[in-house]
Amino acid sequence: MLYRENGQFKTSYRQDQQMLPILQDRIFMGLLLLFVFVVAPFIFSDYLFLAILIPFLILSLAALGLNLLVGYCGQISLGHAAFMSVGAYAAYNLALRVPQLNFLVVLILAGLIAALVGLLFGIPSLRIRGLYLAVATLAAQFFIDWTFARVKWFTDYAPSGSVSTATIDIFGWTVDTPVRKYLFLLAVVTVFALVAKNLVRGHMGRAWMAMRDMDVAAEVIGIRPVYAKLTAFGVSSFYVGVAGALWGFVYLGAWEPLAFDITLSLNLLFMIIIGGMGSILGSFFGAFFMVALPIVLNHLPGWLGIPMSTAMVANLEAMIFGSLIVFFLIVEPQGLARLWAIGKEKLRLWPFPH
Amino acid sequence: MQRNRNLIILCIVLVAGLAAPLATGASDPGFYIEVFLGGLMSGVLYSLVALGFVLIYKASGVFNFAQGAMVLFAALSVARMAEVMPLWLATLLAVAIMVAMAFIIERLVLRPLVNQDPVVLLMATLGVTYFLNGFGQAVWGSDVYEIHLGIAREPVMILQSVFQGGILINKDDVAAAAAAVVLVILLALFFQKTKTGRALRAVADDHLAAQSIGIPLNRIWVIVWALAGVVALVAGVIWGAKLGVQFSVSQVALKALPVVILGGFTSIPGAILGGLIIGVGEKMAEVFLGPVMVRVFDLAGGGIENWFAYVLALVFLLVLPEGLFGEKHIDRV
Repeated sequence: MLYRENGQFKTSYRQDQQMLPILQDRIFMGLLLLFVFVVAPFIFSDYLFLAILIPFLILSLAALGLNLLVGYCGQISLGHAAFMSVGAYAAYNLALRVPQLNFLVVLILAGLIAALVGLLFGIPSLRIRGLYLAVATLAAQFFIDWTFARVKWFTDYAPSGSVSTATIDIFGWTVDTPVRKYLFLLAVVTVFALVAKNLVRGHMGRAWMAMRDMDVAAEVIGIRPVYAKLTAFGVSSFYVGVAGALWGFVYLGAWEPLAFDITLSLNLLFMIIIGGMGSILGSFFGAFFMVALPIVLNHLPGWLGIPMSTAMVANLEAMIFGSLIVFFLIVEPQGLARLWAIGKEKLRLWPFPH
Repeated sequence: MQRNRNLIILCIVLVAGLAAPLATGASDPGFYIEVFLGGLMSGVLYSLVALGFVLIYKASGVFNFAQGAMVLFAALSVARMAEVMPLWLATLLAVAIMVAMAFIIERLVLRPLVNQDPVVLLMATLGVTYFLNGFGQAVWGSDVYEIHLGIAREPVMILQSVFQGGILINKDDVAAAAAAVVLVILLALFFQKTKTGRALRAVADDHLAAQSIGIPLNRIWVIVWALAGVVALVAGVIWGAKLGVQFSVSQVALKALPVVILGGFTSIPGAILGGLIIGVGEKMAEVFLGPVMVRVFDLAGGGIENWFAYVLALVFLLVLPEGLFGEKHIDRV
């Protein structure tokens, strides 16, 4: 009843091409932004920020980056946690060796370095695809893991191989309390999501999608595969690199090479499968799901009064994840984002059946 | 011609790399052969896991990421059941479990996803991997367990007259290699001599043609997944007897991916040869190349066997995309 678009006429191309063409969507988005930026910092507890919202925001960014590559360009990658670690270690070394740099500059540079490494490991995608590419990206994962664990320069000759970061300071504004971390991440993620949304609506995103849907046809209509695939790898690694730097600096604070192992790569992949491949919104859904589910599962036995060991909970978690992935692939291959879209469709008709 | 030249160059590089430690005098021949045999041993295990991959890939076009999880699950089943019953009974029961699992996977995962994109199927097997890892450890526990095969584990010294110091080999390693060989021979006989084996080969050649002459695809898939389960069981038992059954088994089994790239996705001899090459190659790299790299680049320890297999596979992909024995096909990418 409230969500209907009759009477909203588009009288110019500008109106026709806007990001949120329906008035109610714009209002909803405005209210949502108002809530998360202004209201949420006052009403949510520190636990909620630290345990859910901060990891959720960073993982959303990483999932978004992976989604650009897998969901939009159709190139599978099992090595994206490695690109996260490139971003994290690049940021660590930049902050350590050039201390006068602003953290925002460090963040961008770390992303660019990750993008370079991503491009390098994206080169095989020009000759191979599908399963073969998956193994090539696995090579990236294991090689980069090993590099950061073994080459002492990257960890500043720390004997244990673990590194810790200084507090972030942006133009005199220190990012130390949970609320400040949250606001900082929220700002970064909002900007990056907006850029991604417009990127996939534009020339570059269309080239990626054409490449995903049918590469030969895309080539015939004049899309250069080298350009499309390498930009996808580059942009995706840039996003993931920035996410890695944030993960290290804002969430972990101190980490060792194992923090970015293949489990994280697979988790990122699950986020976009569950959330929805080829959907910006889906990356957020998937990340939220992956962050919230373990917490719910950890508390559920307590709420229900069933005693359960942590090992058992971890095993149950793996089983539920596994089943959900198969379930989503079978029932709704486009993930939670598709369910959201179906919900919106239904809402347009509600309460009348036609 | 191009392919042959690439293959020859690659082989020369491989052989040169292998011979380098001997030629430069970095190691004495006895130790060299010991490392070589050690590499062959882990190569046998990689081959067995890769064999499971190839069986499933040939028959159903599914790239089974869950093979490692199946190895872990089978090994856990045997190890835990052998605590309360004789080993042979535990093994038989584990075979039954693997067959049942094949039924369930075919019914719940493969059949609903039939005709989907290979990458979708790969992700589905990723889901199966998580489920199996969680399920196996929930049912059987997540500690380190041992499998006792009843073979003495003391090393034997051979060829003392030829080399100074002789060569140390483990009896259980030899038994494991023999078991693997027997398994491969049995599989080959099954594929060549039985009616089911013939049906399997027909399905591997051409799905549609096989179906049109009345071969039931669904049943073939169950059989092939059950076979892969049995191969996983053998790999798991050998591995478990050597190193203990624990979660890391399923991670190490990821190495079967570069092995099948090396050997070609559809070739059983390729899987075996690829496994041996990777096994020997990474052991050699770890023992002889590792210290050199540590010295030159001032590293915090070796461990290059963690990535050596993958990088070798990457090189192969760029030079010989179809592997050593894979089917040649031209894709536009």
